[in-house]
Amino acid sequence: MSDGVLALGVVVGHAEIAQGMIGAVRRIAGDAADALQPLSNDGKSPDQLRNELDALAGDQTVVVFVDLQAGSCGMAALSCCRDRVRRVVVSGVNLPMLLDFVFSRELPLDELVPRLIDQGRSAISQHRATG
Amino acid sequence: MTDVPIVLLRVDERLIHGQVVIGWGNQLRPDRYLVVDDALVQSGWELELYRLAACDADVVFVGVDEACQRIQEWREAPSRSILLTRDIAAMRRIADRGVLSGERVNLGGIHHGLGRDEVLAYLHLTEEDRSDLRAMAAAGVEITARDLPDAHRVGLDTLLKS
Repeated sequence: MSDGVLALGVVVGHAEIAQGMIGAVRRIAGDAADALQPLSNDGKSPDQLRNELDALAGDQTVVVFVDLQAGSCGMAALSCCRDRVRRVVVSGVNLPMLLDFVFSRELPLDELVPRLIDQGRSAISQHRATG
Repeated sequence: MTDVPIVLLRVDERLIHGQVVIGWGNQLRPDRYLVVDDALVQSGWELELYRLAACDADVVFVGVDEACQRIQEWREAPSRSILLTRDIAAMRRIADRGVLSGERVNLGGIHHGLGRDEVLAYLHLTEEDRSDLRAMAAAGVEITARDLPDAHRVGLDTLLKS
């Protein structure tokens, strides 16, 4: 059941990965990629990164996607979303996860976030030639 | 004893993060991180965030005074440790106790901020930082800047000329 709110996605990553991933979403999904905002940690102190993320998120319902939990991006995201019930951090972002997000972001966070994690995990597979 | 098991002494304002855990961690294989920060040690929730970032390694949070008291214990322990401070001032306070003579201190990331000049893309220093670095060098500490293990190592003379 939708609560009528469209979540914003912020992709926080090292170097240019966030911009690159959102660029890839745009190539595949077109303007639906407008639901995503990139944020790079390049040249930023922990406080700068956290403040920029906080400003992007504002009062919206937000899913913060990070590339690496064990890093400055993950730290900034966890710190920024602490005590904020309308912000959720999802680490280990991949392209299938973002593609699903832009078309499912009307779902309530309790439904949306487990779904995104399932999408991201199920997209990882191995195909190997035999004999 | 000035070699292992403190395998890296590093100044990095992000403390435990990707470059440290993955870049340095994969080469140095630390068992634990020793985070020396007077303010952080008072914070409950931030400590948990840093523990999450450290993956499987242990994390010890202490203030500067306790670090100076325990540094010999850490050197004699079987664990391989990486010691981190958020800023140069804290590392200098440790060096001022005479416990870092003969050691190498690595300068990692200090980013742009008020009163800081860019020395390297990842290193921005204030005049106070420069003064602290000179004092540490005078106390017998070898100081170089290098963000990652395979990056070019930049010596103190070059850093202070910039």
